[in-house]
Parts: sequence; C-alpha cells; structure tokens
Amino acid sequence: MLIHYQNLFHAIAVAVFAMGMAMPAAQAAEQRGKPLQPAQINAKWKQECSSCHIAYAPGLLPAESWRKVMGGLDNHFGTDASLATEESTEITRFLVSNASNRWSTSTAPLRITEGAWFKREHSGRETPPAVWKNPLVKSPSNCQACHTRAEFGDFSESNIKVPE
Amino acid sequence: MLRIFYTSGLTLMIVAGLAAQPAFAETPNQILSSIQSEAKTVPGFQGFSAERGAIFFKTQHGKEFSCTSCHTENTAAQGKHASTGKAILPLAPSANAERFSDPAKVEKWFKRNCNDVVGRVCAAQEKGDVLTYLLTVKK
Ligand code: HEC
Ligand code: HEC
Ligand code: HEC
Repeated sequence: MLIHYQNLFHAIAVAVFAMGMAMPAAQAAEQRGKPLQPAQINAKWKQECSSCHIAYAPGLLPAESWRKVMGGLDNHFGTDASLATEESTEITRFLVSNASNRWSTSTAPLRITEGAWFKREHSGRETPPAVWKNPLVKSPSNCQACHTRAEFGDFSESNIKVPE
Repeated sequence: MLRIFYTSGLTLMIVAGLAAQPAFAETPNQILSSIQSEAKTVPGFQGFSAERGAIFFKTQHGKEFSCTSCHTENTAAQGKHASTGKAILPLAPSANAERFSDPAKVEKWFKRNCNDVVGRVCAAQEKGDVLTYLLTVKK
C-alpha cells in the first residue's frame, strides 16, 4: 500500500516536471534577438519612444509585432501615442530592420511581456509572483525596475537588481 | 589672408551653432500668440484666462486622468506618468526652459494628452487658457 502511494507520487512528480519542460513548438520558437539593440541607434526612435517608458530594444520583438505596435499608436495600450507619418515611417523602418532575428514562428504578440522567452526568463527563483506586486516594480513592463541598464538595451545578468 | 581664414572659420562655427538648435525654436509667448490667432477665428473670442486654464488643468473631464495625474498640481515640480511611473520634467516654462519652445512638440502633446484626458482634441481656447495659466506658475 505504502509502495503504491510512493509510486503514485513519483508518477505525479514526473508528470508535473514533464509539463513544465514540454513547451509547445510555437513558444520555444519565440526567441528574443541577438543582439537586442544594434550599435547604431535611430535618434528619432530614442526620442519618441522613450517619453512615457524606456525605449524598448528592437530585438525584444519580431518585425511583425513592431509593425502592429506602430500601426496602432493612436490607441497604444490605452493611451494616444500618435506620430506624424514621416516620423512613424522612419521609426518603423528602424524597429523592423533590427527586430528579433531568432523568432522562428509567425506569432506576433503586441507586448514583450507576453512572449514565451519573457515568461521563461522571468519564472525563476529570482522573480517570484510577489515581486511583480512591489510598488517599486509596478508592472513587468517596467524593465528598468530590475534591469538597471535597460534603457541602453542591456539586460545582462551583471546589471540586474531586483528591488526588495 | 590669415584673417580671412579666421573670420570665415568663426562664421562657420556660428552657422554650425545655429544649426544645432531645434528647427523652429520659439518662445512660449510666440507659441501663445499663434494659438491666439487660431482662437480669434472663433466668433465671440474674448481672450485667454489663467483662472479658466487652471480649472481645466486640474479637473477631470469624464475620464480616468486629469492633466495633474501626470504633471501634478505643482507644474514647477517634476511629474510622473500615471500609468508607467516614468518621471516627467516640470511643465511650467519658469521651471523648464525647454517647454513651449518647439511648436510641433507642443501640438503633438496637446493632441495626445487632450485625447486621453478629454476624449477629443482641445480647442484653441482651451490650449491658450492652459498656456496662459502655466505662464503664471512661478518656480
Ligand atoms: C504617450 C505615452 C507613450 C508613448 C509616446 C509610447 N508609449 Fe509605448 N506604452 C505606453 C503605455 C502606457 C504602455 C503600457 C505600459 C504598461 O502596461 O505598464 C506602453 C507599452 C508599450 C509596449 C509593451 C510593453 C510590454 O508590456 O511588453 C511596447 C512594445 C511599446 N509601448 C512600444 C512603444 C514604441 C515603439 C513607442 C514609440 C513609437 C512607444 N511605445 C511610445 C505609453 C507610450
Ligand atoms: C522584477 C524584476 C524584473 C523586471 C521588471 C524585468 N526583469 Fe528581466 N530579468 C529579471 C531577472 C531576475 C532575470 C534573471 C533570471 C534568471 O537568470 O533566472 C531577468 C532576465 C532577463 C533577460 C535574460 C538576461 C540574460 O542575459 O540571460 C532578459 C533579456 C530580460 N530579463 C528582459 C526584460 C525586459 C525586456 C523587461 C521589461 C519588459 C524585464 N526583463 C523586466 C528581473 C526582471
Ligand atoms: C498620462 C500622462 C499625462 C497626462 C494625463 C497629461 N500629460 Fe502632458 N505630457 C505627458 C508626457 C509623458 C509628456 C512628454 C514628456 C516630456 O516632454 O517630458 C507631456 C508633455 C506635455 C506637453 C508638451 C510641452 C512641451 O513643450 O514640452 C504639453 C503642452 C502637455 N503635456 C499638456 C498637457 C495637458 C494640457 C494635459 C491635460 C489635458 C496633459 N498634458 C495631461 C504626460 C501626460
């Protein structure tokens, strides 16, 4: 009887582990680009896309996501972030030509924080669920709350400091 | 010869210096007067009022945010974006010399922020009232 229970436990543990590991193919293919940000950045992008939040590095999303984001600036996550056509064209070109080069699926989320790689990187021990509720973090979109050099497109492990 | 060299060098430097300025740098008063030319085309226009501007700026207009949600009650101090938390430099020209110096930037943000706060673009009267009010704010 006891052995039976143990076996059951083992089976459950294996199943849970397998569920955690098995990633639908589409999700595994949602990879951020390398590099995240080119050495040559576009000045208009830096200026216009950093007034309400940091300018998110182009390699964080695939080209199709950037086209969608740039196509809906007049209703951008509940706010009006509209641009003149020529500004928008210039910025779209920069984002699309430096978008993630490792995103091998047709998914195109509007948010960086919805992508599979983002969830994968932020489900570890260092970012328990409570961390996102910390007023110093406020929202997962606030990269710079933890990544001290996020505005330069630098997310390396040596520049992470999760607020207590 | 050397002198010509020097003077032309100087001219070049001045020209380069001018070119580094924003394309159409203006003063807040110049911007106010172009808003006024627009407002005057509306029959019954009787000038701008700082008091009306202050009320417009500080009250809600049927939506979640007022202008003060991000620019705060004290526009001579630093503000904070109500949804993202990002710092916003002071809006009052007395506290921030870059404010109301670039007409295209002013138009862009009036359009965006009025849409968010009022649900439509602001009338010239409203923009003029707000700027008149902001010009009375002391550092
Ligand atoms: C007028 C303010 C404003 C401007 C200007 C602005 N944004 Fe945003 N953006 C927001 C807000 C508000 C959010 C939602 C933040 C949140 O949910 O915490 C957002 C979110 C985003 C997100 C999703 C972040 C996530 O959660 O993964 C992306 C991508 C983005 N913006 C791109 C841009 C780009 C590109 C530009 C420049 C063309 C831009 N933004 C300019 C206000 C702005
Ligand atoms: C609450 C803090 C926090 C926020 C907010 C946050 N991150 Fe992270 N991020 C981390 C931590 C901690 C790690 C390291 C995870 C690990 O190694 O287990 C990480 C890892 C990463 C990595 C991988 C770094 C590497 O070199 O391996 C990237 C890329 C990244 N985050 C991007 C972002 C972006 C983009 C945003 C905003 C849209 C963001 N993060 C928001 C805490 C945060
Ligand atoms: C959701 C946040 C938010 C609200 C609400 C808001 N603003 Fe702004 N406003 C901003 C941001 C962000 C900027 C640009 C950042 C910067 O230039 O520092 C800005 C810039 C401006 C500018 C540009 C001034 C210049 O010359 O640089 C004007 C004018 C302005 N706001 C007026 C208003 C008025 C009037 C209202 C109310 C109808 C309002 N704002 C409400 C966030 C907001």
